[in-house]
Amino acid sequence: MATSHCCKDIIERSFGATLRRDNWWVEPLTMVVVLLGFVIYSVWRAFEHANYWGGPYLSPFYSPHFSVDLPRWCSPAFLIIWVPAGFRFTCYYFRKAYYRSFASQPIACGVGKPWKSYSGESKLLLFQNLHRFFLYLAIAFIVVHIYDLVKATRWPVSAAAAYTSPHHAAGPTEFGIGIGTIVILIDVILLTGYVSGCHAFRHLVGGCIDAPSRVFLGRLRHRIWRGVNVFNEHHNMWGWISLAWVGFTDFYIRMVASGTISLEFDRLF
Amino acid sequence: MALRKFRIFRGDSRETGELVEFEVECGEGMVVLDAVHRIQAEQAPDLACRWNCKAGKCGSCGADVNGKPKLMCMTRLSDYPEDEVITITPMRAFPVIRDLATDVSINYENNRRLPHFQPRPADFEDGEFRMYQWEVERPQEFRKCIECFLCQNVCHVLRTHDKHQEFIGPAFFVRTAVYEMHPADVGDRREHLKEHGGIGLCNITKCCTEVCPEKIKITDNAIIPLKERVADKYYDPLRWLLRKLTGRG
Amino acid sequence: MGIDCQRHEFDVIVIGAGGAGLRAAIEASAQGAKTALICKSLLGKAHTVMAEGGAAAALGNMRAEDNWRVHFRDTMRGGKMHGNWRMAQIHAQEAPDRIRELEQWGALFDRTHIGRIHQRPFGGHTYDRLAHVGDRTGLEMIRVLQDKGVHMGIEVFMEATVIDIPVVDGRAAGAIAYWRETGRFLLFSAKAVVLATGGIGKAWQITSNSWEYTGDGHALALRAGAELIDMEFVQFHPTGMIWPPSVKGILVTEGVRGEGGILKNSEGERFMFRCVPEMFKGEYAETEEEADAWVAGDHVNYRRPPELLTRDVVAKAIMRENEEGRGSEHGGAYLDIASKRSAEDIRRKLPSMHHQFMELAGVDITREPMEVGPTTHYVMGGIKVDPETEETTCPGLFAAGEVAAGLHGANRLGGNSLSDLIVFGRRAGLGAAESAKALAKAPAIPEERVQVAIAEALRPFDNPSGENAFEVQAALQALMQSKCSIVRDQAGLEEAISGIAALRERARRVSVQGNREYNPGWNTAVDLRSQLDIAEMCARAALMRTESRGGHTRLDHPDSDPAQERIENVITRDGDAMRLESRKQPDLPEDLAKIIREGA
Repeated sequence: MATSHCCKDIIERSFGATLRRDNWWVEPLTMVVVLLGFVIYSVWRAFEHANYWGGPYLSPFYSPHFSVDLPRWCSPAFLIIWVPAGFRFTCYYFRKAYYRSFASQPIACGVGKPWKSYSGESKLLLFQNLHRFFLYLAIAFIVVHIYDLVKATRWPVSAAAAYTSPHHAAGPTEFGIGIGTIVILIDVILLTGYVSGCHAFRHLVGGCIDAPSRVFLGRLRHRIWRGVNVFNEHHNMWGWISLAWVGFTDFYIRMVASGTISLEFDRLF
Repeated sequence: MALRKFRIFRGDSRETGELVEFEVECGEGMVVLDAVHRIQAEQAPDLACRWNCKAGKCGSCGADVNGKPKLMCMTRLSDYPEDEVITITPMRAFPVIRDLATDVSINYENNRRLPHFQPRPADFEDGEFRMYQWEVERPQEFRKCIECFLCQNVCHVLRTHDKHQEFIGPAFFVRTAVYEMHPADVGDRREHLKEHGGIGLCNITKCCTEVCPEKIKITDNAIIPLKERVADKYYDPLRWLLRKLTGRG
Repeated sequence: MGIDCQRHEFDVIVIGAGGAGLRAAIEASAQGAKTALICKSLLGKAHTVMAEGGAAAALGNMRAEDNWRVHFRDTMRGGKMHGNWRMAQIHAQEAPDRIRELEQWGALFDRTHIGRIHQRPFGGHTYDRLAHVGDRTGLEMIRVLQDKGVHMGIEVFMEATVIDIPVVDGRAAGAIAYWRETGRFLLFSAKAVVLATGGIGKAWQITSNSWEYTGDGHALALRAGAELIDMEFVQFHPTGMIWPPSVKGILVTEGVRGEGGILKNSEGERFMFRCVPEMFKGEYAETEEEADAWVAGDHVNYRRPPELLTRDVVAKAIMRENEEGRGSEHGGAYLDIASKRSAEDIRRKLPSMHHQFMELAGVDITREPMEVGPTTHYVMGGIKVDPETEETTCPGLFAAGEVAAGLHGANRLGGNSLSDLIVFGRRAGLGAAESAKALAKAPAIPEERVQVAIAEALRPFDNPSGENAFEVQAALQALMQSKCSIVRDQAGLEEAISGIAALRERARRVSVQGNREYNPGWNTAVDLRSQLDIAEMCARAALMRTESRGGHTRLDHPDSDPAQERIENVITRDGDAMRLESRKQPDLPEDLAKIIREGA
C-alpha cells in the first residue's frame, strides 16, 4: 500500500484537468477544425458575390435568388444565408457541438474548464428557444431547394437559348440530367433528412401530446412522431453530412460557374 | 489470476484526501466492485463504498473510474489494459462523506419538491386507466432510471459549477418527464421546470446521456422535449399572441 | 453517563424501505400517524428493485376465468399446503386492488391491446397473472411508492441501521439505530413499530441477495420476544448466473422461462419433461410441440411448458442433472431463449437480462444459451403475524413482506412476493396506526436499555486485535452453503449448528480498524450478530422437520410426510438461547378446503 498525494486532477479546477486517460481532446479539436473550416469557406463564398450559378444550377448559398438591386458591397447571399445559418446555429445538436468545442462548456465530460461563472441558456442565450421559427423557414427553404432541383433538370435546347441569370434561360429548355443535378438531389435529400429529425419538428408533430389515444388524429400524429424519431436518433449524423454536402454542392456549382468544369462535361444526358 | 494496481481515493474531503495504491489479485470476469470488495476484505476493512445489488439494478455503486462516471458493478476489469493502473474516485458532483461514499441527499430534497403525479379520473370502474402499450412506452423509458446519479455527477452545471440550489439536474428532468408525459397525467410542470428546475441552465451537451448505465436518452428524449414545452409557454411569441387572441391559457 | 444519541418521537416507525416498508409507511401516514421510515441503504435501493418478473394479482385482464379463488388455490398448492390459509385468502382477494392503486399513483404497467394492465404467465400460476413492466417491475413499484411516500411527508432516515427494538412493559417501544455516515446513535420512541426488513440470503455463498440481507428483522423480532415460524423454508431460485465466478448468484428472472425459455442439460435434452411431480401431473405440457404452441400464445388449448413448474421443483431438477453427470460446463443447466424467440422480442421483453448477460458475462442471449444454476433467493419463513393486522406476538410490533411468514408456506410462487408487499404492507401500516391510536404517548425507553444496546454494538472497537469481520462472514456463508443449502441431512445440519456456535465465538472476538464513520468493517461486525441468529434458526428448524417439502429438502427424509403438512416449527427466545417447538396450524375451513379439492 503506497500513497500518492492529492493531485489537481481530482479537483478538476483548471482547464483540461481530468483523470480521464483516453484522448478526450480529439473530438472537440476535430469539431473546431471542421466547423471553422466550413464557416470560413461559406463567409468567403458569401462575400465573393460571383460564380454562384452556372447553367441550370444555382448554389444553395445563394438560393432563393431575388432579382432586386443591391448596393455593390452587399452580396445577395446575405439576404438568405442567415436562414440556414440560424437554423444550424440554434439546432439542438450543433449547440452541443459548439458549446463543447468552441466555448469549452464543457470541453469534454469530466474535464475541468477555465470559466468560473455559468448561466447556460437561461440569460444571453435565451434566443436559442427561437429554433422553431428557423424550423418554419427551413421547411420553406426545402421547398425552394426542390424548386432549384426541378430547375436543374431544364437544359437549353441550343447554345442561343443558354441561361442568362439564375434559372433564366434565353430560349426554350428540355429535360436533362447533369452531375450537378445529382449533386443537388443528394443535397435536397440530406437537408430533408436533417430537418426531419429536428427536435422542434418532433415536438410539433406529436411530441407535445401525452395521451395520443385520446386526441383527434392522435394515433396518426403518434406514428409521424415515431417516424421523426428515426431521423432524430441520428440527427448529429444528418447534421454533419448535410453540412458537408451543402458545402460541396456550392463548391461544385462554383466549379461549373467558373468554367473549371464545363457544362458539356457535366451533362450526362 | 493476475496482480493489478488500483489507486483509490481515501479521505473525508476532496481537499485533504489522497489516492492510495493497492495491489489486488484479479480473476476472470471480475468487475471493479469485486476488486474494491477484495481490498475491503483483505487490506482495508474500513474502505467506505456503497453497493447493493451488484447487478446494475439499484444504482448504488457509482464512482469515477479513470475519470469517467461508471457503475462499479458493471465495469469489467478486462475493459482496461492489464498494466493500466485503475483510478477510482468518488462522484465529483457531491461532497465526500468518506472514501468512495458521497453525500447525495440533495437529490432526495429535489425529488421531494417535484410536482407529483396528477391523474385524470380512472377510465374503468375498477380504477384502471385506458392506456395503450404504444403510448406508455415513451414515459416507460424514463422509468428505467435507477437513480445512480451518474448523470448528475457528470453534468458540468453540478460537477463544475455546483449549482445544486438552482438546477435539479438531468436525473430529475427525467423524473419530471415520467409524469409530464404520462398519458393519464393532467398536471403542467412547465413553470416548475423554468423557475425551480433551472432547465434553462442545461446547455444540452449530452454528458448525461453518455454516462447513463440504463441507456436512457436523457437529453434527446427527456430534456429537449421539456425545453420545447417550456418554450411553448414562455418563449413563443406566436403562441403568446394566439393565447391573447383566443383568451385561452 | 453513556453515549449520547439523537432522539426522535413518532407514532409509527417503519424499519425497511422496500415495497412493504414503503407501503406500510404510506398507509400509516394516510391514517394520520406521524410516521418515520428507517432504511439501511439509500431510499429506493431496497431489494424490491431487483424483482423482475411481476406482481401476481387475479385482475382477470387476460382470462376472465381468473379470480381470487384460483389465485388462492395456486398459492396454497405452490406452498405445498403448508401456508397460512387466511393470509393466502386475503392476499388473493386484495392484490388486484393494490395493483390498481399503484396505477392510480402513477405506475406504468405494460398494457393489453385494449389498454388494460397486461399480465404475464409465471411458474405455478394457472393463468397469466403477473402485472409487469418489462423485466423491471420491482423498480417501477418502488419508484411509485417512493414518490407517493415522500409527497405524503413521511420522514425518511436513510442509511440508518437498527440494532435493537426495546420492549417496555411487554410492548415494542421504538428502535435504537446508528447512522452509517457518522456512526452516531439514534433513539426512536414510537407507539408502534413495523418490521419490513426483508430476508436473510446473505448468510449463503451463492445468493441473489445484497449485503443488506442479513436478517436484521428476524433477529430483532426474536430478541424482542416475538415468535418466528417456518425458518427452514428457504427458496433457492433455480436460475441464477453461475459464470464468470464473480457474478455467481445474480438472478436470472423467471420471466425468461415465462417468455418461452427452455432448460437443457449437457446432452441437449429438455429434462424438465421428466421432472413433473405427482401433485402437478397432467397440468403441464407433455411434448415439445404442445409447449411451443403454448409459448406461441394459445394458453387455452395447450398446457404450459414444464419449465414453469414451481421454483423448488425446477431447482431440484437442475441439481439432479448435475449429480447424474449431465450438468452444464460450470455445474448448472443451459437456459435457452434464443431458439424460441426472435432477437427483437428478447430485447423488448427482457431488456435487462439481455444487458446483464452482455455486460457481465459477454453472452448475447439473443444468440446463445445462458448458463444457470440455483441461487439463494428468498426465505418463506419469518415472523409469525396475525393475518388481519400483521401484528406479531409481541404487542406493538408488526411485520410485513419477506420478514413475515405464513403466506408462502413451504415454497413461494414467483410474482407472489411483490403482491405480498403491497397487500400486507398496507395492512401492517393500518394495523400499526390503529394500535398507535390506542396509546396516548410512546412508552418511555429506559436509558439503561439504550446504553446496553450501544455498548454491544461498539464492542468490536474494544477488541484490540482479533478476527476480521469479513472473514467470519465468509466462513458462515461457506458453512451454510455446504451444510444447510438446497439439500440437507441430519449430520450436515448438526455440523452446521455446532459450526454456527463456533462462529459465534469468533464473532465475539471480531475487532475493527478505523472509526465509526462509514466503516464497512464495523457495519459487517454488527450485522454478524443477526446473521448468526438467523443461520441458527434456519439450521435448527431444518433439523426438526423430518420430511421434504417445498424449499426444504432432506436427503434422509426424501418424501413429504402428510402428518407434518400443517405442523409449523415455532422459534422463540429463551434467555440467550432459542426454543423450538412444533405446533399444529388450524385446518382450512370447509369452503376453502373445497376450493383446493375441487378447483375454483
